[in-house]
Amino acid sequence: MIINSRFFNRSELIGFIVLAAVLFVILPLSLDVFRLNLVAKYLTYAFVALGLVLCWGYGGILSLGQGVFFGLGGYCMAMFLKLEASSVENTKIQSTPGIPDFMDWNQITSLPLFWQPFHSLTFTILAIILVPGLFALIIGTAMFKRRVGGTYFAIITQAVAAILTILIVGQQGYTGGINGMTDLRTLKGWDIRPDHAKVILYFVEVVLLFACIGIAQFIRLTKLGRILVAMREQEDRVRFSGYSVANFKIFAFCMAAVFAAIGGAMFALNVGFMSPSFVGIVPSIEMVIYTAVGGRMSIFGAIWGAILVNFAKTSLSESFPQLWLFGLGALFIAVVLAFPNGLSGLWADYVQPRIDRLFASRKRKPGWNDNSVADGAPAE
Amino acid sequence: MSDEPNKGLLSPLRRKLLMGMAAVPAITMLPRASFAQAPATSAVNTTGLAVTDTEVTVGILHSATGTMAISETGSIEAEKLAIEQINAAGGVLGRKIKFIQEDGASDWPTFAEKAKKLLVNDKVAAIMGCWTSASRKAVLPVMEQYNGMLYYPTFYEGLEQSKNVIYTGQEATQQILAGLNWIAKEKGAKSFFFIGSDYIWPRTSNKIARKHVENVLKGKVVGEEYYPLGNTQFNSVINKIKLTKPDVIFTDVVGGSNVAFYKQLKAAGIDLSKQALLTISVTEDEIDGIGGENIAGAYACMKYFQSLDNPNNKAFVPAFKKAWGEKTVIGDVTQAAYLGPWLWKLTVEKAGSFDVDKIAAASPGVEFKGAPEGYVRIHENHHLWSKTRVGRAKLDGQFELIYETADLVEPDPFPKGYQ
Repeated sequence: MIINSRFFNRSELIGFIVLAAVLFVILPLSLDVFRLNLVAKYLTYAFVALGLVLCWGYGGILSLGQGVFFGLGGYCMAMFLKLEASSVENTKIQSTPGIPDFMDWNQITSLPLFWQPFHSLTFTILAIILVPGLFALIIGTAMFKRRVGGTYFAIITQAVAAILTILIVGQQGYTGGINGMTDLRTLKGWDIRPDHAKVILYFVEVVLLFACIGIAQFIRLTKLGRILVAMREQEDRVRFSGYSVANFKIFAFCMAAVFAAIGGAMFALNVGFMSPSFVGIVPSIEMVIYTAVGGRMSIFGAIWGAILVNFAKTSLSESFPQLWLFGLGALFIAVVLAFPNGLSGLWADYVQPRIDRLFASRKRKPGWNDNSVADGAPAE
Repeated sequence: MSDEPNKGLLSPLRRKLLMGMAAVPAITMLPRASFAQAPATSAVNTTGLAVTDTEVTVGILHSATGTMAISETGSIEAEKLAIEQINAAGGVLGRKIKFIQEDGASDWPTFAEKAKKLLVNDKVAAIMGCWTSASRKAVLPVMEQYNGMLYYPTFYEGLEQSKNVIYTGQEATQQILAGLNWIAKEKGAKSFFFIGSDYIWPRTSNKIARKHVENVLKGKVVGEEYYPLGNTQFNSVINKIKLTKPDVIFTDVVGGSNVAFYKQLKAAGIDLSKQALLTISVTEDEIDGIGGENIAGAYACMKYFQSLDNPNNKAFVPAFKKAWGEKTVIGDVTQAAYLGPWLWKLTVEKAGSFDVDKIAAASPGVEFKGAPEGYVRIHENHHLWSKTRVGRAKLDGQFELIYETADLVEPDPFPKGYQ
């Protein structure tokens, strides 16, 4: 494996430092716990956006079903938390104490078999990674081995999102239906609801996010990342060069799924809630929008996209409860029309040259800009 | 009005000024009269709620956007009207009500987020809000954790009771049992066919209805079918109805599905003037979409109809239309939403405090004689005593009152023998 001599180039290093400073220092110091918890919620989408950068921005695979993986991760976590919240003494008033409340409403009298392993936290953590990962592997293998790609793949992922929503809503005795799983309380006896727990969860999430950024950046810099980009630009040439295009696509898709699932699990922990409204078509498309607004070619751009779009959502809806959706729609249209490469494109076009000029007088090290090929916009 | 010149008089800054300038004779001439009737803020608000000497802030939390907006708009309008009327009548404990409206956007976690924002950031004294059970389930843990007070307007499935919620709509037994008794007696009905949307409220309601039909009325349920929310194809179930020929079709289909259901029923030649149909999910609001000609003759079991003939309602309906337009219709939930701010005001005055704990404790027994539905009283279990009424849909989209229970029906969110 060939890794560049430097993990980040200069502009990425600036991006990294800015993001780290904002998330680790500035926001925790300047926001109250309620707002910090909202940021934690926004960041759960940043995981999804990060996955989409790998899979869509670099690999060229547009998935309109990331909500599926976000949801699977979230539901795995929520099932564990719900079981813990449904102890016998908490559910005394039910006809069958000791099972989640929605099961009781639906006349289910014992815990279903597939719920049993979620008593174990270790199993749950493994499931958060493996269930969505395996599911993505199955979809990816079925599609990419048959060379289904592009629009068809996007449509199929969207269909999967629709199917999973219908399944969750329809099987309400096992999943909580449209209400979702609410009233999640403790993690191994540790109450996740009070303020200090929210702060701790926020930092855990930020650390995880940076770990995922590290993994994504590592993938990007290896030969694997180069092949992904090459595949996006000229799939046939890569295939003729002897690479198994399908395997690389499956890998990128699985990585994106696992990132999304980690986001989903953190969502369940931070918000104390999981419902099918994060699984379906609309949230899946929203996740693509975050990435597009931030810039699908840029890891940091996509993360900022997720944070800023969600921030705009909250603040617009607080200020204009009846009109905010129009404002948000206008914002998307403006961004896509004016800056097709998103906010990171804006940065690359207007801010970066100035910074470069600032550094221009200094001596250039050879190779600092090696990634310029990978960073470029697609040819189409 | 007389409060205006005193705005901010007791703010900390002003108090310091007062102490520092005690010698200046002019200060002592500032008017203080209006505080005579309004108790001091420190006495009525010991938990740091958004209460000043002249104002108290409450939250309104409904979906102004998304699929539920069509249903929840009526509730928003009713709550704003109630607040306006209370302010015109002098406010609560001498304070005007100010409201902060948040949009739940038909999205349950957004409801939870906004409820938290209202409680933690805005420190609202109470929240009027939620509509669907799902949104209430999402908001409930937030209300309990931050000790808020929610006034929830929708008729719902029961199986819930909280110190932090006042349920101003009916729980399932209040809505269903009297209606079933009436139709069994009036029509001699023995066989029932249940059709519902597939989520917790219809399922729980039908469970209660089935137990009542089988155990109390000694009748039979000949079919029970559920369709996903938003479903528009009811042909197969209509064929089953034609085959089983039930005495009564009992429906709790919600939202837009209703439009398709009643149109297809009519197209299939089922005449609602001959085939008895009892719905617990169609109010004047839904008929607006269904069209009176498609549903005329059906019976609805509610606690309020716009056409109710009592002095309170005769004042309420014109006031509502004056505020929100001649064409607006008022459904059961809209009326229940209107009760929220009034019940809260009466409870605050009974408790002599805005503190949530005191309001929760003072709520049982609070009665509202000005309710458009007649008279309501809060039960120990935080639900309302109210009458059950059966109305028959007319061509013009209104209901004609056919039957009402003689007495208020006791709310029973955890009905024994129906679980």
